[in-house]
Amino acid sequence: MGKVKTPYLLLLPGFAFLFTFFILPIANLAQTSTQTPIAGGDTGQYEQTFRLKNYIDAFVENKEQFGRSFLYALIATALALMIAYPLAYAIAFKAGKMKNVLLVLVVAPFFTSFLLRTIAWKQILGEKGFIVPTLRSLGILSEGSTLTSTAFAVVMGMTYNFLPFMTLPLYASIDRIDPRTLEASGDLYANGFTTFRKVTLPLSMPGVVAGTLLTFIPAAGDYVNAAILGSPSTKMIGNVIESRYFKVVDYPTAAALSFTLMAAILILVTIYIRKAGTEELV
Amino acid sequence: MSRASVQAPIPTIPFGARVSRWFGRNLIRIYAIFAFTYLFIPVLYTFAFSFNDGGKSNLIWKGFTLSNWQNPCGAPEVCNALGNSIKIGFLATFFATILGTMIAFAIGRHEFKGRSSSNLLIFLPMATPEIVLGASLLTLFLVFKINPGFWPTVIAHIVFCISFVVVTVKARIASLDPRLEQAAMDLYANEFETFRRVTLPLVAPGIAGAALLSFSLSFDDFIITNFNSGTLTTFPKFIYVSAARGIPPQANVIGSSMFFLALALVIVGQIVSRKRKVS
Amino acid sequence: MADISTARGDLKLTRITKTYGDFNAVDDLSLVIPAGSFFALLGPSGCGKTTTLRMVAGLEEPTVGSIHLGTTDITTTKPYQRPINTVFQNYALFPHLTIFENIAFGLRRRGVKDVKEAVDKVLNLVELPHLAERKPTQLSGGQQQRIALARAIVNRPALLLLDEPLGALDLKLRRQMQIELKWIQKEVGLTFVHVTHDQEEAMTMADTIAVMNEGQIEQMGSPADLYDNPETAFVANFLGQSNLIKGTITGSDGDSHVVDLFGQKISLPKNRSHAVDNSIYAGIRPEKFRISRLQTPVNGNVLTGGRIEDVSYIGVSTQYQVAMPWGQELMVFEQNDDGVAPFDKGDEVNISWEPIFTFALRGDEDATAGSEVVPEDLDEE
Repeated sequence: MGKVKTPYLLLLPGFAFLFTFFILPIANLAQTSTQTPIAGGDTGQYEQTFRLKNYIDAFVENKEQFGRSFLYALIATALALMIAYPLAYAIAFKAGKMKNVLLVLVVAPFFTSFLLRTIAWKQILGEKGFIVPTLRSLGILSEGSTLTSTAFAVVMGMTYNFLPFMTLPLYASIDRIDPRTLEASGDLYANGFTTFRKVTLPLSMPGVVAGTLLTFIPAAGDYVNAAILGSPSTKMIGNVIESRYFKVVDYPTAAALSFTLMAAILILVTIYIRKAGTEELV
Repeated sequence: MSRASVQAPIPTIPFGARVSRWFGRNLIRIYAIFAFTYLFIPVLYTFAFSFNDGGKSNLIWKGFTLSNWQNPCGAPEVCNALGNSIKIGFLATFFATILGTMIAFAIGRHEFKGRSSSNLLIFLPMATPEIVLGASLLTLFLVFKINPGFWPTVIAHIVFCISFVVVTVKARIASLDPRLEQAAMDLYANEFETFRRVTLPLVAPGIAGAALLSFSLSFDDFIITNFNSGTLTTFPKFIYVSAARGIPPQANVIGSSMFFLALALVIVGQIVSRKRKVS
Repeated sequence: MADISTARGDLKLTRITKTYGDFNAVDDLSLVIPAGSFFALLGPSGCGKTTTLRMVAGLEEPTVGSIHLGTTDITTTKPYQRPINTVFQNYALFPHLTIFENIAFGLRRRGVKDVKEAVDKVLNLVELPHLAERKPTQLSGGQQQRIALARAIVNRPALLLLDEPLGALDLKLRRQMQIELKWIQKEVGLTFVHVTHDQEEAMTMADTIAVMNEGQIEQMGSPADLYDNPETAFVANFLGQSNLIKGTITGSDGDSHVVDLFGQKISLPKNRSHAVDNSIYAGIRPEKFRISRLQTPVNGNVLTGGRIEDVSYIGVSTQYQVAMPWGQELMVFEQNDDGVAPFDKGDEVNISWEPIFTFALRGDEDATAGSEVVPEDLDEE
């Protein structure tokens, strides 16, 4: 009967595409990652030698940037969660008729190119913006120091750029909570904080998991915020991969770094999903 | 004794308590206002500086002008880049929506062997950092001696859009009451008619949403594009490249226009759907 | 193959079994539903009634057995080929179509060109002609229910299936709709097959009720038959309440058995005994009992030595729990025709009833079967 074949026929074109342009490139990347330069060859010419030490070299050389990527991504994710949770909660429970309007407003900044907005931050936080002079006149910021080209600016930029990715899944989860369960919790002697900890938070857990993943994964691989808002001392692993590709033309190292990054993220994500106990993500 | 003296005075709530109660009730609203301010500061900045009479570099405020809005293509390359972005966005959206919707129906509507590994294959591109996606595709294109450019960029965009389409459409399919399709079958609609008259119209908003999401992801993508576009300039790439020497205010005009256009679209959509519900 | 869509006649299920894994949802069920009747499948959650209905609709296929409509075998035909329509639980109205288009849906699929007249007529029948251009979400539950019915009957099916059609309505509306449904069935003259867990709903509407339990039919008959003369403990307890008292047939007296209930003799009409040997459960409905003071003379069957344990005044009647010498508590409903409850907790009383109200079940049955059914989950599939 045709029924058995239907799902496979539906999957065929999409999966053939993903196989060719996702699986194959990743496999190819794995292959590239163990190549070495051809002795006496031009820049960019490599041969397959299955040199696994490429990974160790690449990691040792860039462990600082790796550490920074994960640290920045983690801080940005935590900050985004702290900003987005009350925001999503307010939209779901306190917005009344304004609910849809506010939801649109969360997504709206998306439509101005994120690069434009990141550069806007650079200028707002820059020497000629209004924040730095204000902070200096208040004595909070000393004369020699700046806001841009700092870790603060990079993390703030990342938090900003991924905030809607955090807010939307959180909203979807919180909006599904029956407000009567919160009232019931209050009725059963839980104060506001306990209600949040024992009822609201567990019920919104799928949104927390989805939101943190959607923020953490792109943040860990990001290099645009670091490139625009940072300095050489805030370089992330993405910046290294980018320059290995385009400036140094060192494909094996770039591939080894990409692979290490992807593996590290996948391992972290798997552990996280196990711990959070939410398997139904996709 | 007069009546007034019998009746106890209405107890008043002390001013301090009233203030703290107001804050307790509205704390989360105040917080939300701050969050929105944070979200919109750079948008407003971009909009404001679209009126800057700054010439090529748009770093400091030099005076108000409408000339940037009157002539948005005034800066070299900017409209060419915009055109490329729109073309790539449409093509990537078109293919990703078709392929992704088919996958979503397969996974959402059928039980078959390999369903959970299919889910994994959909999840993986979303769990892969953009830089790895972009870099791996570039490596593949180089191996096959394909020069980066327009079509490689379109292909790259389809790769990362498909998963988002699948997830969005699948969610819509999952929320569909299976009894509606059974009711259609019960009312003399065969499999094809059931799909055309009931399933598809009900899933359509999900597909439209997925397409919109695809387009905005594609339009705004920089990292993957940067790896696979070669010498082709897209709008984000134009901004990134010109950032070093200052972005022409025309870019702010285009960025702000996109913002208002999208906002208008959403509002019109809302009004139409609300009208449909009422009448 | 004969044209299935014009098949008419009795619905005949022959030895149907439907298996999910190693669970038999329907177990060797045979049933004939005569054309033109209002038939109810009544049973608790998970008894197989909905599965049976879905097999008739064509939404499930039987594992074994056949389904005939008149002389046409429809066992494996598609739902859209059968002249059978369903009023779904929660209605399943198409949210993207107007009420008019919802009703016209089936007609259009069958290639009817001019649907207006038929749709208007059926909208008038359900008394909602002014809602034709609305969307389903703008309708109340009761209105949606009527539209779902209209959408089905406009096709003039040989058979109309109703799957818990009133489950989502409140009590008052449900009562009203019960009466209307019955009236509409008479009006249009279609065969209605109605699935419900609500015994009152089944008894109000159906001419014939089949009580289902664990995939099989326990008993089938008119509402009065089932209530007055249940054949199994399940039916006795699921339809209303019953007092089942363990006893032994000790002799015969004309058309009646003589029965010993814990040392007290009572009389039982022979044609109301469904026991297979002398070991029985004697059954009496609570409202058939009469309570009397010890010194008051009474006729018929009498059980002595009762003591009032509990009194609940519920307006139209008073319910008593009477403890008997052998430890059982009997339930008695007394009409409040003289105004006040004449018995108090602790009063010593006798219980009596007309012998013809006695029925007897097999003594090896579980006397509690059907009495503690969990409330129906409305979304049961």
